[in-house]
Amino acid sequence: MHEALVQNTPAAAPARRRGKRFEFMGRLFRERPLGAVGAMICLLLLLTGVFADVIAPAGYNAINPIDRLQAPSAEYWFGTDQIGRDVFSRIVHGAQLSVIVAFAATTLSIFISVVIGVTSSYFGGRFDMYTQRLVDGWMCFPDLILLIVAVSVLGPGIWQVILILGLLFGIAGSRIVRSAGLSAKENVFVHAARSMGASTLRILLRHILPNVMAPIIVLYTTRLAAVILAESGLSFLGLGIPPPTPSWGGMLSLDGRSYMFQAPWLAIIPGVALTLAVFGINMFGDALRDLLDPRMRGGGGRYVAQVRRKPKAEPAPVNAQPTSSTEV
Amino acid sequence: MSESNLAVDTTSDPATLDSTALAPDKANPLLRVSNLKTVFRQGDSTVNAVNGVSFDVRRGETLAIVGESGSGKSVTAMSILRLIPSPPGEITEGEIEFDGRDLLGMSDEEIRRIRGNEIAMIFQEPMTSLNPVLSVKRQLSEPMEVHRKVARKGVLKRCIDLLRQVRISDPESRVNAYPHQFSGGMRQRVMIAMGLACEPRLIIADEPTTALDVTVQAQILELLKDLTREHGSSMILITHDLGVVARYADRINVMYAGKIVERGTALEIFGNPRHPYTLGLMESMPSLNAETGTRLRPIEGQPPDLSDPPPGCPFHPRCRFAVERCKQEMPPLEQLSEEHWKACWVEDLNAKRQS
Repeated sequence: MHEALVQNTPAAAPARRRGKRFEFMGRLFRERPLGAVGAMICLLLLLTGVFADVIAPAGYNAINPIDRLQAPSAEYWFGTDQIGRDVFSRIVHGAQLSVIVAFAATTLSIFISVVIGVTSSYFGGRFDMYTQRLVDGWMCFPDLILLIVAVSVLGPGIWQVILILGLLFGIAGSRIVRSAGLSAKENVFVHAARSMGASTLRILLRHILPNVMAPIIVLYTTRLAAVILAESGLSFLGLGIPPPTPSWGGMLSLDGRSYMFQAPWLAIIPGVALTLAVFGINMFGDALRDLLDPRMRGGGGRYVAQVRRKPKAEPAPVNAQPTSSTEV
Repeated sequence: MSESNLAVDTTSDPATLDSTALAPDKANPLLRVSNLKTVFRQGDSTVNAVNGVSFDVRRGETLAIVGESGSGKSVTAMSILRLIPSPPGEITEGEIEFDGRDLLGMSDEEIRRIRGNEIAMIFQEPMTSLNPVLSVKRQLSEPMEVHRKVARKGVLKRCIDLLRQVRISDPESRVNAYPHQFSGGMRQRVMIAMGLACEPRLIIADEPTTALDVTVQAQILELLKDLTREHGSSMILITHDLGVVARYADRINVMYAGKIVERGTALEIFGNPRHPYTLGLMESMPSLNAETGTRLRPIEGQPPDLSDPPPGCPFHPRCRFAVERCKQEMPPLEQLSEEHWKACWVEDLNAKRQS
């Protein structure tokens, strides 16, 4: 920080910011190699989703009846299914769908979490009490029942799935945002902002929200993986995206299950794709959490990493804590 | 007592006080607080944090409110800007008039326009009163964004200008820094700059130097004094540090258990304290001029529980001059001279002290 202060001229500011970004990437690779792998998987998933139409050799529903149930080969990398559709093309398009559903539903859920969590914690009192009881009530219902009921009311389709998953995860996640908001609102700078005549909306957006960003980022990455899984689960049960739109869950259930013994790749390949995507996102999310929050157990964060690199520095604060009075 | 040392501090003040600054404004104060009562309710118990406080702040003066922790100083200040969290807090009685306008009767929107604009508040914890994720520029510009319509370029210029006013060196680059790059004293300067941004007519400084070390304390207080003088604003200085008060305040209110027990000019309070509590505060303060071997005399006991205050004068259980009447009746604030008031039944405190 001292160096930053010294070279703190306006011209140096963007360079410093760029330097910080590189430094963060460096830390990701050095301290959390698994997280870096996860990041690359996420990137791959994202690119596949965005450029699906370019990458896929065939349309997701292009039928070629002569080449039914072909094993993976040079022509059909991941083989073909029972009506002769190229599985690689369907996986790529399925990635697109997963990316759309994952980002849309997660963004919606985070939005809901933030709105409920921040207002509930900031206003407190009776409002908090009622909101939280509603959240409690909502969480009493088993997720699957809610999903089935919602799909049977709204009908299957990509927007319905996004809406339902967003709502489901959003309300559950509001708890985490609320607890972060509860501590953020006690900061003196929030009182100071009020004493300066800042409106409630301004305090919420400018002072509370940026200070609960850390848990929100972590929540976002964990939710991404959960949403992909949930969407696949829904599609597996036939409640998600209706065929012929390729969804990994749907591919597992419709084609994979029926032809599991004749054509095992029909089940294995979407399964592997799902596993990889969820693994990658989770690893990246965990790495982000550890790197952004040095207090998190398991990762000593930046401080311990520095101490480890320089063994003669003072010991990590974890061990330096005095014994608590209960132990005496 | 340390009369000689205090006389040095205040010699210049009485002349300016009586002749120019105070006399014409006395009838037309900037802020008038009368019979203010603020309570906090918790379950069945009610804490009378401020219990019938009345005082004026005149134009251009620095008024100090002194008292120990829990005496209601901060609650009084928060009540003026209606910043008491409700529930559990509530202003149950009284009037607060700012420049002829009734602050307690205002709508939330109206009081919001007063906050930071006409009355600014400076908090006691500079380390935590700045938002760590916002740059100094963005925080400094906040009061201007809220209360004034200033073009973006103008805001940056004004921010730099404000930092220069609070004597932060190299303001052009510091304006882009974040709070963690500043020391405690610098952060408090930024807070003061934020307070000054809209050129308020009243600044409430709630223990502005508590978390700072002594050399920085003096700098910050000098700065506040200079700036209020430059802008002609008034200041309420809330503190428990009598040294600070002696040097920087024109008039002093001594608070105990939610009540004002003595009021006077700095010279009167320090030179001739007439309430046993004020006297106790003086006697527990070390002095460079005291004879070697003189012992400090602390005030015995604890401040009263405000949810169940003792009957009569709240100070009587700790008062070595207490008489029977103190246990039954709360003494009213009685005028001793032009500016000097006390709330105590004991008449000849000085005579009793000698014996």
